[in-house]
Amino acid sequence: MPKHQEIKSVLLIGAGPIIIGQACEFDYSGVQACKALREEGCRVILVNSNPATIMTDAQMADATYVEPVEWQTVARIIAMERPDAILPTMGGQTALNCALDLHREGILEQYGVRLIGASVKAIREAEDRGLFKKAMEEIGLEVARSAFGHDMEGARQIAEDIGFPVIIRPSFTLGGTGGGIAYNREEFEDIASRGLDASPTHEILIEESIIGWKEFEMEVVRDRADNCIIVCSIENFDPMGIHTGDSITVAPAQTLTDREYQRMRDASIAVLRRIGVDTGGSNVQFAVNPEDGRLIVIEMNPRVSRSSALASKATGFPIAKIAAKLALGYTLDELRNDITQATPASFEPTIDYVVTKIPRFAFEKFPEADAHLTTQMKSVGEVMAIGRSFQESLQKALRGLETGVDGLDEKLIGNDPDTLRKLEQELRVPGSDRLWYLADAIRRGWDQNSLQRITRIDPWFLEQIFEIVQTEEGLRGLPLATLDSARLHALKGMGFSDRRLARLLGCREQFLREHRQKLGIRPVYKRVDTCAAEFRSLTPYLYSTYEMECEAEPSDKPKIMILGGGPNRIGQGIEFDYCCVHAAMALREDGFETIMVNCNPETVSTDYDTSDRLYFEPLTLEDVLEIVAVEKPRGVIVQFGGQTPLKLANDLEAAGVPIIGTTPDSIDLAEDRERFQQLLQRLHLRQPENAIARSAPEALSKARELGYPLVVRPSYVLGGRAMRIVYGEDDLECYMVEAVRISNDQPILLDRFLNDALEVDIDAVADGERQVIVAGIMEHIEQAGVHSGDSACCLPPYSLSPAIQDELRRQTVELALALGVVGLMNCQFAVQEERIYVLEVNPRASRTVPFVSKATGWPLAKIASRCMTGKSLAAQGIPQIPNPSHFSVKEAVFPFIKFPGVDVLLGPEMKSTGEVMGIGASFGEAFLKAQIGAGEHFPRSGTAFLSVRDADKKGLSPVARMLSELGFKLIATKGTAAFLQREGLEVAAVNKVTEGRPHIVDAIKNGKVQIIINTVDERQSVRDSFSIRRAALQMGLTYYTTLAGAIAGAAAIQALMTEERSVLRLQDLNQKNTSTTR
Amino acid sequence: MQAVLALADGSIFRGKGFGAAGLAVGEICFNTAMSGYQEILSDPSYRGQIVTLTYPHIGNTGVNAEDMEGAKIFCSALVVRNLPRTPSSWRSTQDLPTFLQTHQIPGIAGIDTRALTRRLRDSGAQNAAVLTGAEISDDTALSAARACPDLPGRDLVQDVVCREAYTWDLASGAPDQGYRAQATVQAALRHVVVYDFGSKRNILRLLTDRACRVTVVPPRTTAAEVADLRPDGVLFSNGPGDPAVLDYAQEAMRQIIAADIPIFGLCLGHQLLGLALGAKTIKMKFGHHGANHPVKDLRSGRVLITSQNHGFAVDVDTLPACLTTTHISLFDGSLQGMAHRDLPVFSFQGHPEAGPGPHDAGVIFDDFTHAMHRHRERRHA
Repeated sequence: MPKHQEIKSVLLIGAGPIIIGQACEFDYSGVQACKALREEGCRVILVNSNPATIMTDAQMADATYVEPVEWQTVARIIAMERPDAILPTMGGQTALNCALDLHREGILEQYGVRLIGASVKAIREAEDRGLFKKAMEEIGLEVARSAFGHDMEGARQIAEDIGFPVIIRPSFTLGGTGGGIAYNREEFEDIASRGLDASPTHEILIEESIIGWKEFEMEVVRDRADNCIIVCSIENFDPMGIHTGDSITVAPAQTLTDREYQRMRDASIAVLRRIGVDTGGSNVQFAVNPEDGRLIVIEMNPRVSRSSALASKATGFPIAKIAAKLALGYTLDELRNDITQATPASFEPTIDYVVTKIPRFAFEKFPEADAHLTTQMKSVGEVMAIGRSFQESLQKALRGLETGVDGLDEKLIGNDPDTLRKLEQELRVPGSDRLWYLADAIRRGWDQNSLQRITRIDPWFLEQIFEIVQTEEGLRGLPLATLDSARLHALKGMGFSDRRLARLLGCREQFLREHRQKLGIRPVYKRVDTCAAEFRSLTPYLYSTYEMECEAEPSDKPKIMILGGGPNRIGQGIEFDYCCVHAAMALREDGFETIMVNCNPETVSTDYDTSDRLYFEPLTLEDVLEIVAVEKPRGVIVQFGGQTPLKLANDLEAAGVPIIGTTPDSIDLAEDRERFQQLLQRLHLRQPENAIARSAPEALSKARELGYPLVVRPSYVLGGRAMRIVYGEDDLECYMVEAVRISNDQPILLDRFLNDALEVDIDAVADGERQVIVAGIMEHIEQAGVHSGDSACCLPPYSLSPAIQDELRRQTVELALALGVVGLMNCQFAVQEERIYVLEVNPRASRTVPFVSKATGWPLAKIASRCMTGKSLAAQGIPQIPNPSHFSVKEAVFPFIKFPGVDVLLGPEMKSTGEVMGIGASFGEAFLKAQIGAGEHFPRSGTAFLSVRDADKKGLSPVARMLSELGFKLIATKGTAAFLQREGLEVAAVNKVTEGRPHIVDAIKNGKVQIIINTVDERQSVRDSFSIRRAALQMGLTYYTTLAGAIAGAAAIQALMTEERSVLRLQDLNQKNTSTTR
Repeated sequence: MQAVLALADGSIFRGKGFGAAGLAVGEICFNTAMSGYQEILSDPSYRGQIVTLTYPHIGNTGVNAEDMEGAKIFCSALVVRNLPRTPSSWRSTQDLPTFLQTHQIPGIAGIDTRALTRRLRDSGAQNAAVLTGAEISDDTALSAARACPDLPGRDLVQDVVCREAYTWDLASGAPDQGYRAQATVQAALRHVVVYDFGSKRNILRLLTDRACRVTVVPPRTTAAEVADLRPDGVLFSNGPGDPAVLDYAQEAMRQIIAADIPIFGLCLGHQLLGLALGAKTIKMKFGHHGANHPVKDLRSGRVLITSQNHGFAVDVDTLPACLTTTHISLFDGSLQGMAHRDLPVFSFQGHPEAGPGPHDAGVIFDDFTHAMHRHRERRHA
């Protein structure tokens, strides 16, 4: 019986958009919390601006607000909904900060709302490093020596006192943004000043370096009766110095004796008690000196976290769900362990396998960024794997990464001095590929002691890497027949993939697999059961290993298998997981047994109760085929998980796996440039003039025929990888060198770039029985040339004529029918001077499916998955979907602040990590909400700086006029100023950076500028104005790098200053939308 | 080295041997603790048992002198999933295979320990044999397993206890500080006699921490001899095997209760208390062996995460009227602690001394010192 019977309604604060350091693990937590609270009969009110989340599905809460997560908006929601309590511990630091703001502004008091799960005091003490340090000292725990700096002078003094290297951590930032390690004075100047800038309180902590120490995390849960349990311990493979989010981590801790482990356990619990986390989950991080065991507390988070999601997946203990119930006043012994359904939640999970997490990076998207790993998190996703040994789990995780490696693949070839220098450098200063360089060093005969000295990786881990590499070396070039049953079984038990083994032997993967299967060497599936088999598990949460007994126990029910999207990356994130989860929900409702296969620990899809059966496995051909062999599903869905399962489609089909929905051949038809072109010609649809080139000379000659500018890219890529706009032959030549490297033997596509065209995205569903539903037309705000994933868009279109919209619908239907689509389809069009061009068609789930579903109220992925199992649109009762009456704007969110030195300009290569949605009665309001949701702080007064390329000058003048009328002072570079003055506007000229000081960057840094509109085209001006954009980013200013963005931005500022903002309940909007169509 | 594990039910697991070469028999059990293998191996309570550790990597931190719970390895054999590797710990002085070798204990690795655990869970504890060597035969192992005497009814205590009384003087300390003599910490306030049935050293350390002077006596020490030591309290320790056969200990316990001396029974000592006062003990299906067992203190409502290692239990249905249940297991509802209604006599089934395992139940040692303190005050009053 929960103690707090008086809590009848709870406001849950979400984490907002996906950013580095705060990803879909908070959707996973939020969904669990929603379910848990509603199970207890609570009315759940939810706010989250991220439309790609499952938690913002209308049926997850009683009142869902897809609104910005900031105190003013949340205050409006509180005023309307009058919740009894707020649960702020499920939405990362964003939610905690929002709760602090609500407290500071007196909103909590005004409406009599209490915080549950964490108190204001606990949030403050955990986050404020000074208070935290004091608290730790009070309970006799050590923290690293440190002091706070509030200006450069003080900071320098502290650094000198402590001695280099020092770690710099700005206060109150996400994922350690703006922090770093300074080994010398010069680095210190740079990092400390950036840190002071990044901290909202202009405060940095300068800390004794404990780089190279062992690093651990403890996931702790506490209830109101002070019962504490450790759900999981995690040990970092990468020692202190690399953010834990960027480290390879292993659960449970491997290199602690029981005495040391119990000391850490006691300390963790003492920290929770002292900080005052009364109910819920927290994580506590520790460093241990490998020389003498000295234990230091690093930090704690009084909320669920990325690590708690990992711990939940690693153990089967649902921390967020339990934490939500504890917040209502339950005690742990009153709650049940879901997995065994026989024992209580008041125990400590014990596991009989090893879990390895490896982060996934996106440095290829930010070539200018410093790719070294520091205390500031830079990874964009992660993969987790489970095995019965460390080697097995590590190697499964490696192939699950999908970065083109099958294991510890070679990075470097040769033994020349340059290569060796590079190798040593990569080992000394860790980057994202250190593990592979480590293997390379072992191959070159480096000994364990020197590698340990350089990397500080624990010898226990190092020895295992040595063993893998030495085993590999012993296999090179062996004939397949020499791998007898015992040897191959042992190799598979070490986690080697078929492909890696085949490569080492120099044979084809398929031959190796056939050989293996002929010898009867197949994986078995073991259960994640929280208890090391002490109790029966009723939950089929499975992983593969090579042992004796299989616990899969497949049923003979009709079943559908859904292949997930693997680790998050730029271009393939939560949106695809959303679709997979929806497929599982819909097909479960329809009576199918659903089987999920995925290896991303952050997601809802890998929650054991999302589907009937969960296989936590890498998404490679080998792993999927083995699961199919055990489960024998009636159908396999590959079109929802993004490029990950799509890549497997042909091979799976060839192996006889029943793929349902659009056939792999149709997918190929849409992706293969030549076949697709023929199709368009047959349908009399227009395409930008284009060509295919397989070599640099061919590209140059084709380009001459087409004329510049051109959009160029390799075929078969996602997220606009290596996509570029080239303006001339020099550009193209440079590009070809790089593109050939990226795409191997794939041809290069050249498209005529459509200047100033509008871009449109359309999502549709087809049932394969000649019915197609066009679910939503999204008009992009940025013009064609900016990747659709990076462009803001509006549904319904805010400027396209009804006639054009009708024609777009017609063409979409034609395309769906011609391609034989069964399920989802996404089309991208460009509209230039009333002419429609087909840019791209993808007969699969797209990034916009959740957004369209939320904007229209129709669950597209569910509808599509039913189509795939043979239920026609008519049978499902789905009507044609008209444009909704309100406007929904999707805006992208970027990680630029994490990558010093990277330009913020948008282009055809996708760079955003997440998105937000704004809903409003007008376009301006919707756009404004989307911008606020994305973290924009619009100024209400001040100075606007304008500097645009010639082509944009004409279009700039109404924007400038609007800003001027709203009371902004205008300044501009000479050319732009002269133009605007001729248009009759009052504008002051300011120096470009190249024109001498004081120049524009000085003005920005001095806080004299509030809005920046800066568009550029050729390379030179891009370079000249780089420092402007970077300064704008540092200062957190409102800036636009496209004219279209600036126009929308001005509309938003106008909406901000003239309109009263509403907060809209998604359930009401959906009801209005779906009922008008019925 | 080759190795085979044979269960009396005929199951054969072939693996790789480590540690000593040879044959070992015993009742096979599984322990789910993820850390603390050295403490488990050196825990005298495992006498007569083959220990399977469910966590797949064992031996990672080697062994050291400080973490011994007894003078040697007491279990018959060790069963693990993966061969131990080179240890990594600043405290390690020896690797696990060498440690086993030194103590003539065979180990087997490379078998499906989860399949084994599931079998033991479903069909219950049974006898088994581990055979390691250059050449081994399944049949030898199997017949050895079948010839192994059953654990119930055997007095295993005699093999593991001290022969003469001795005093203990080491308190616990942080792992980076080593152990310190009590005199360096504080002056002793109380005298505790520990009946040694195979006492873990951490029991003695935790008593020392609490300002107790500790005298350890052999199990056949009479109540009169104990009374002559004028203890403030008597602790009946943990130990291996069937408590029902230890009639001499039950008798001594009854006399010490009659002499009005506070008693704390721990694990086997807990079972002895039940038997001494008229309850029955039962052999459990596969027992409790782990470091994650939730035990509820019925008086406070608090849940303690405890270390457990027992294959026998006091049958709660046979509890005499003078005893009340103070603790129960939240895993299976079994009796975990009891107290005398009128006397300062109580007991705990789990291992409040941890070593290995969480420290939550350490408070029970405080209960004991408080009980001794109150009792002394009452007597002086």
